[in-house]
Amino acid sequence: MAFLPNIIFAIILFSALYFFRRNIFYVKRNIQLGKSIDRSDQSSKRWSNMFRIALGQSKMVNRPIAGILHIIVYIGFIVINIELIEIVLDGLLGTHRIFAPFMGKAYNVLIATFEILAALVLVSVILFWLRRNILKIKRFWKAEMKGWPKNDANYILYFEIVLMTLFLSMNATDLLLQQIGDPDYPQAGMFPVSQFLAPLFSSFSVTSLVLFERSFWWLHISGILIFLNYLYYSKHLHILLAFPNTYFQNLNPKGAFKNNETVTKEVKLMLDPAADPYAAPAEDSVPEKFGASDVTDLNWVQLMNAYTCTECGRCTDECPANQTGKLLSPRKIMMDTRDRLEEVGNNINNKGKHQADGKQLLDDYITKEELWACTSCNACVETCPIGIDPLSIIMDMRQYLVMEQSAAPSDLNNMMTNIENNGAPWPFNNQDRMLWAIEN
Amino acid sequence: MHVPTLAALSAEGKKPEVLFWVGCAGSFDERAKKITKSFVKILQKAGVSFAVLGTEESCTGDPAKRSGNEFLFQMQAMANIEVMNAYEVTRIVTTCPHCFNTLKNEYPALGGQYEVMHHTTFINTLLKEERFSISGATFKGKRITYHDPCYLGRANQVYEAPRALIQKLDAELVEMKNCKSKGLCCGAGGAQMFKEPEKGDKDINIERTEQAMETQPEIIAAACPFCNTMMSDGVKNKEKEGQVQVQDIAELISKAEDL
Repeated sequence: MAFLPNIIFAIILFSALYFFRRNIFYVKRNIQLGKSIDRSDQSSKRWSNMFRIALGQSKMVNRPIAGILHIIVYIGFIVINIELIEIVLDGLLGTHRIFAPFMGKAYNVLIATFEILAALVLVSVILFWLRRNILKIKRFWKAEMKGWPKNDANYILYFEIVLMTLFLSMNATDLLLQQIGDPDYPQAGMFPVSQFLAPLFSSFSVTSLVLFERSFWWLHISGILIFLNYLYYSKHLHILLAFPNTYFQNLNPKGAFKNNETVTKEVKLMLDPAADPYAAPAEDSVPEKFGASDVTDLNWVQLMNAYTCTECGRCTDECPANQTGKLLSPRKIMMDTRDRLEEVGNNINNKGKHQADGKQLLDDYITKEELWACTSCNACVETCPIGIDPLSIIMDMRQYLVMEQSAAPSDLNNMMTNIENNGAPWPFNNQDRMLWAIEN
Repeated sequence: MHVPTLAALSAEGKKPEVLFWVGCAGSFDERAKKITKSFVKILQKAGVSFAVLGTEESCTGDPAKRSGNEFLFQMQAMANIEVMNAYEVTRIVTTCPHCFNTLKNEYPALGGQYEVMHHTTFINTLLKEERFSISGATFKGKRITYHDPCYLGRANQVYEAPRALIQKLDAELVEMKNCKSKGLCCGAGGAQMFKEPEKGDKDINIERTEQAMETQPEIIAAACPFCNTMMSDGVKNKEKEGQVQVQDIAELISKAEDL
């Protein structure tokens, strides 16, 4: 029976990894429901963006308080995860602090670093919670942040608080057992933070201390594995997707909107005097849909954007339409796209393939009023700390409204008629274009 | 004023160094025509050989594309490209950031490859080449705040050229709390100029005008005919048109040089 804990550990670990792999498969499959778009150019620029923006967090500090707190949590997350290697090996092999004998003094430095970072993470996460729930910073309380999005954000913070507390408590009880001289707990590590937690446990017997230490150890690793599988359901997925997302972000000037090649073909045909207007289309040619009314009309980068969004709301905060009380919120565009994509994904899971479910992104999630409120100013794109582009989705959906449904606001229809008839958005005669030069 | 058209010049077998793309606002809008004329005066003073397309110019298609009408946009673009390529146009300058963005970024995919400049960039090159100079007397010490047009700033990263010109006027450039990459839109972009805004608590141009007013400017400098309209309307709404002027940078320079 000596191997029972090792076996239980292996079962927990491998089932967590199995479910995680399945979740990643779903995310990948759903993203691949998007249309193709070539983002394979300029790979050195793309790598540099990824290193600077995702790994280097360069855009986070545009808002210094949130930015610095985020960097602390981020560094803490990455560094403390090194400890996971030891925890997993200990769990599988039934050892305790397996690295300690090999590392000597360096092990003390390692554990001390983990502890200091854990304490800093704990403080930062509590400050995040206060900003969100007590200071009630406006962007966290917008209309789209009710229900699950609000709870999700807090669950993540609670998760981190619990995990850091378990980690420090585990070390505190370990330290006490080391001081007592328990043979299973040889001297290893330095505990600059948890030494202050140790007095809380000092009145307990050795048996209780071992029970505490083991419980904290098991709860800590189980918590991490649960958190790993929570990602798929949460905005926290950004910790993985921020990297590919910044790599594949648009590198063209922000003002250059995508050229619709299908339209180009048609326009060229119309302007070509040699084209045969009565030529029958090829048998198998399906007229392509213009613009986007559902997630499958968007490209895979736009869908990855939706999974990457962590709902920080900087885009919505900078949006001129949102600032002046309009319904449009770029964050909601991303959240709606993800919600609809997951709905489509669940459809596929249940029925084997996506069947029409009588719903779509347009109207069922994103209303026309939101789409028409956009000034295309690119403030949302500029400010996103991880390269998400809500504007491209808005523009694709406008294209659908106008080209498939002729559903533009009447003022815009007038403007477009003017361009068609007079070559200007206003009803002026094109022959009067030079009047300014002869007037005084 | 004598403004040559490309058609007239090529009939004489001449080729100008640059095409001035006037744009619809610059051609038809009463307020924007003044910007057009100011810029022409600058071009003439600097001895730039330029021409306009005149009646051969047509909307670039920007508001159609931003409204979602890709078909109309491409029809406009291809017709314009056909005209410009026939004249072998290589360099374009324009006073409208929307035309600038569309010509520079969206025409290449449709066969129109040109070097496109916004007038603020172009005037800076004239200064650098010593073809033109700006004396600071008229606006010396005046408080000027500059409103970044989205399609010049964020869309194309032109932040410094307009500011460099304001500094050449010896004016005191005061920045709004949201400037450069964080500049707030005037509310006209994305074809909003041509429609009523959606329901909300405020119009965007009012919000932006309030930000401009916080700097207590004597002049709000603009670099886009649409921003100019929106900010002028904002100033009127605040009943401050007596104290605060909204002026394009070309107009400021033309005044400073008494053109």
